Amino acid sequence: MLTILFDGIAYGMLLFVLACGLAVTLGLMNFVNLAHGAFAMAGGYVTAVLMNRYGVPFLATLPLAFIVPAIVGLLLERTLYRPLYGRSHLDQVLFSIGLVFMAVAAVDYAMGSQQQLIQLPAWLQGRVDVLGIQVGLYRSFIIVICGVLVVALQLILSRTRFGSRLRAAVDDPRVARGLGINVSMIFATTFAVGSGLAGLGGALGAEILGLDPTFPLKFMIYFLIVVTVGGTSSITGPFLASLILGIADVAGKYYVPSLGAFVIYTLMIVVLILRPQGLFARAR
Amino acid sequence: MAAALETRGLMKRFGGLVATDNVTFRLEQGARHALIGPNGAGKTTLINLLTGVLKPTSGQILLQGEDITGLRPERRVQRGLARTFQINQLFPAMTPLETIGLAVSERLGGGRDWWRVTGSRREIVDEIVEIAQRFRLADVLDERTSNLAYGKQRLLEIAVAFACRPRVLLLDEPAAGVPEAERHELLATVAALPRDVSVLLIEHDMDLVFSFADRISVLVNGALFTEGSVEEVSADPRVRAVYLGESVDE
Amino acid sequence: MHADPTAETATPSSTADAVRRRLVRKGRWSVAEIAFWLVAAATLVFLPERHLILNEIAIIGLFALSLDLILGYAGIVSLGHAAFFGFGAYAAGILAKHGLADPLLGLAVASLATALLGFATSFLVLRGTDLTKLMVTLGVALLLGEIANQASWLTGGADGLQGISMGPVLGLFEFDIFGTTAYAYSLAVTFVLFVIARRIVVSPFGLSLRSIRDNPLRARAVGIPVNRRLVAVYTLAAAYAGVAGALLAQTTQFVSLDVLAFHRSADIMLVLVIGGAGYLYGGLLGAIGFKILQDILSAWTPQYWQFWIGLILVVLVLAGRERLTDRVKALWPRSRPSPDGKAQALPVTPAREV
Repeated sequence: MLTILFDGIAYGMLLFVLACGLAVTLGLMNFVNLAHGAFAMAGGYVTAVLMNRYGVPFLATLPLAFIVPAIVGLLLERTLYRPLYGRSHLDQVLFSIGLVFMAVAAVDYAMGSQQQLIQLPAWLQGRVDVLGIQVGLYRSFIIVICGVLVVALQLILSRTRFGSRLRAAVDDPRVARGLGINVSMIFATTFAVGSGLAGLGGALGAEILGLDPTFPLKFMIYFLIVVTVGGTSSITGPFLASLILGIADVAGKYYVPSLGAFVIYTLMIVVLILRPQGLFARAR
Repeated sequence: MAAALETRGLMKRFGGLVATDNVTFRLEQGARHALIGPNGAGKTTLINLLTGVLKPTSGQILLQGEDITGLRPERRVQRGLARTFQINQLFPAMTPLETIGLAVSERLGGGRDWWRVTGSRREIVDEIVEIAQRFRLADVLDERTSNLAYGKQRLLEIAVAFACRPRVLLLDEPAAGVPEAERHELLATVAALPRDVSVLLIEHDMDLVFSFADRISVLVNGALFTEGSVEEVSADPRVRAVYLGESVDE
Repeated sequence: MHADPTAETATPSSTADAVRRRLVRKGRWSVAEIAFWLVAAATLVFLPERHLILNEIAIIGLFALSLDLILGYAGIVSLGHAAFFGFGAYAAGILAKHGLADPLLGLAVASLATALLGFATSFLVLRGTDLTKLMVTLGVALLLGEIANQASWLTGGADGLQGISMGPVLGLFEFDIFGTTAYAYSLAVTFVLFVIARRIVVSPFGLSLRSIRDNPLRARAVGIPVNRRLVAVYTLAAAYAGVAGALLAQTTQFVSLDVLAFHRSADIMLVLVIGGAGYLYGGLLGAIGFKILQDILSAWTPQYWQFWIGLILVVLVLAGRERLTDRVKALWPRSRPSPDGKAQALPVTPAREV
């Protein structure tokens, strides 16, 4: 029971790291980016390739799993995404679905359609018994890393100059521009960081979520749930939504495997009907 | 005789903020009544309450003596309460012909008609023509709305509302943003609105208010500050202080 | 710009006639349209070896037409339109498997059932932003996919629904292996439904849908019961998609989970985008374009054709998809003079809808 809760929390935190970039894209640029999962996949593949082909140790691959998708994200934001900010959501959806299809086929072409396996270092394998609860070492590792990231993000948002500018831009881009804030630069930076975090999440999650070319499609709905249920006005909303989603998904699959993803989809629809602005959105 | 439009103790609170404060007000049959007030006085909230976009916290709204407080916006329109918008709310991809045709056929119950081609009914066509001429749109009926000159768009804005055959028409700053050259045409059309339509004019422009209205209500901080004839209100020193003084400064 | 009162008032009846002509004109069929359907009918005779793929095109075209009704005319963005397609397919397949072999009867029942589903779920897409609509439609499709997967006693689960055997159409035409009956049947059904849809979009009801798409706030202010109209068109579109799905099940005599998959919903958006939304022919032309593309691409790179599909989507959007399809749309009779030839984009969704 508590083990499931624990696994669920690990899963939820992973989802948060994967999806928080999307929350920013949506909240800041009002851009429906269905291709977010492609950046996560990129991070996963960076780690898999470095480890399996070049024997780089797992931990050493993680920075690259962040940096590579971040750079790709930055380039795409500057070239392809930016012209579409003012366009209709339909255009954005079509565009990002197109990107997903391209990413899926390209990775399939380059890497093959099989699952990528990652050999975790020995010290992250296995479980230990803590106060009678079976705790997976790797999951503890994920919780620690993601926990640090969440705290860091929260601090950056609330304490730094960049954070306050970002919040101003989310609240009202026009006013922010009027205050002399370089909104375009903030867009680019946050897009890159969001993509990088997704990549890091993809690398960390390869063990738990699996990694194959269809990753962006398989998990698209999860990212979207985190964002729509959590709302985009803070990072606490998506964080809580991630935890709930993670725990519900793990518990659902454990206790009622025959219902599969049923529980989650139903929950999502119900939440969106009752609270179209998200479960934790501020009242406007 | 019942008022064309009447509110009784209308209140609207947003959290702790009172946006509409106990407004009791009558729009007489055939009236030309202006509602003025400084920015933030709650004019927009009041319109939204009257048209049903917002639900009042308490109080009543009566149209021709009937309580419409609980009716949805589209039902109020069907009962004869139409409005224009301060910022044009048109259908950019449609033509004036289609826009007016839409409003007319909707009112004549054609909106549920999914089988007949729009315009196959004689009475609809006649009415479109009449409205197009009244609002001087006959020569641009086939233009795309987004390509129309601003003054024409403004006329269309009123024409659509008029096509709903309202008994009460709420005009929200009808001349806002209209360039001087097109202004005369617009004001003449507004002045020529038939007397069986009671008009509530929400306006900033004092010239327009004085030339059009026969009665003025002043809204300050969500509450009715004073009401009277044009002469009374324009002579009222308190009104000058809270409102006219401000508008001179602007 | 100044109006000449004498010119206007001198002959009111002639003005009225002109106005009526302009309004009614949109109901008339243009030469291009008639030619389109004549060519379609001619392929029944002249392209016998292509009937299997033409059948698919007709079905996809109908499916895209159904999406056009809600997206192009009412402005509802759906990422889960396959829900109705798949539901109709399973409904028809299950009916046939349990003895209801008459195709038309099966079609009618399947479309009614799908209409009910559409009606029930339409209330979910009335509220919220584009994003919530996307999510809810996607969620409904995923849910149905999950149900179809789990209820394998009914649907055959991952193995697909097998053992469908159809009776002859109208009791006269047996389905053949060349797909000729299938194609004729699908084409006829698509045509009939197209004619109805065409009638609907030029009616006052159709006009009110376009007004809702353009500006729901004003539509309400004109007295249009916006929600009721949206429910009506969503239900209708669902029934259309259900018929398309049912046609697929009946003519291929097989239904797999694939009919409810996400890529179905995405593909059908692409189909509509290729052809252009908001003028009904977009779905049909898009279906032809899409199938030809798919044929070429999958012959060229069998495994990776999705890459090129994705690339086409990206390029289409970046290049401004409306500009590309406006030329084709010009063949469609509508009062759209636009002498300046400017690109007439759909109104952009307000940047911040809260």
